Amino acid sequence: MSFLTEYKRVAGLGSAKSGTEHFVQQRLTAIALIPLTVLFLYTFIGALGSGHAAVIETYSRPAPALIAIMFIWAVFSHLRLGLQVVIEDYVPDHRTQQRLLIANALIWRGVAVVGLFAIARIAL
Amino acid sequence: MVQLSLPKNSRITTGKTWPKPDGATNVRKFQIYRWTPDDGANPRVDTYFVDMDTCGPMILDALIKIKNEIDPTLTFRRSCREGICGSCAMNIDGINTLACIYGLDEVKGDVKIYPLPHLEVVRDLIPDLTHFYAQHASIMPWLETKTNRPAKEWKQTIEDRKKLDGLYECVMCASCSTSCPSYWWNGDRYLGPAALLHAYRWIIDSRDEATGERLDELEDPFKLYRCHTIMNCAKTCPKGLNPALAISEIKKLMVERAV
Repeated sequence: MSFLTEYKRVAGLGSAKSGTEHFVQQRLTAIALIPLTVLFLYTFIGALGSGHAAVIETYSRPAPALIAIMFIWAVFSHLRLGLQVVIEDYVPDHRTQQRLLIANALIWRGVAVVGLFAIARIAL
Repeated sequence: MVQLSLPKNSRITTGKTWPKPDGATNVRKFQIYRWTPDDGANPRVDTYFVDMDTCGPMILDALIKIKNEIDPTLTFRRSCREGICGSCAMNIDGINTLACIYGLDEVKGDVKIYPLPHLEVVRDLIPDLTHFYAQHASIMPWLETKTNRPAKEWKQTIEDRKKLDGLYECVMCASCSTSCPSYWWNGDRYLGPAALLHAYRWIIDSRDEATGERLDELEDPFKLYRCHTIMNCAKTCPKGLNPALAISEIKKLMVERAV
């Protein structure tokens, strides 16, 4: 209980002056993922089940390695942006929401870096 | 806020069944949400029977008939009875709409009437709209200018005036905002379709000189970007407006000034 006016509650801390960047990035990564997913699956399925040597050979070539790098970067960016919306929508407690948003921002970037490092090790 | 079940004191119980009118042959059943803050009891759904031969054609006619002839304690807002004041918005047959312009013939079977969803109830069919109105006030719902001339009328071309069609007709009944899941979950911070439609109405007004400030105020993950184009707002609007389109136009302007 506190004696705040309803207008003060609505105004809150004002506008965060952000959100448009997220909106644009989510759409750009979505568009980029249409060709990238097709290309990634095409190169990945080619190597799938053919043994360790075949996979190493595939990702030693520049085209499959670059496709994999771009795919990993785009897919984990898109995942992070999408999950951010889910957390903002569905986690009611503000403190929990902030903690989950921080975890979300860190985890998927970390996972993406691991993937990029793995491709770099094979390709270079 | 997301809750999978209603709090204990909000669970709806079966209420009183009121007697059928004497000698009526054309009777229709109404199931209406009732709650009063006075007795500490849970909300209930009362059943009424209305003689359709002596009732007007709209839902509001039946509500007024019930209040006049059966149960004077039934409480609801109403004023203009022609869809221009926005007072009688309620959930009728699962749709948020205005009781005065929703025909009894549009409902099949029993008529179920509840208050607008996900708002605190003041009593019976009356929701608390304080927060909703404050959100509307926060978007500066007036013409804002820096230039002080002309001191009289500011002219608009016919084309510029046409941009306000589909926006100025909004009567602030709150049907759209209370039909929006994003507004249910985050209504404390998300402005909701009604306030955003009004925001856009002033953003695209050719005479308004605060367009940038207005966009600045809206550029926020919660105030604006909780809209996920679910489109319930456009589907439910009793005036046939499209708040989701207005919100998309605001987002387009946000991108346009950034990219």
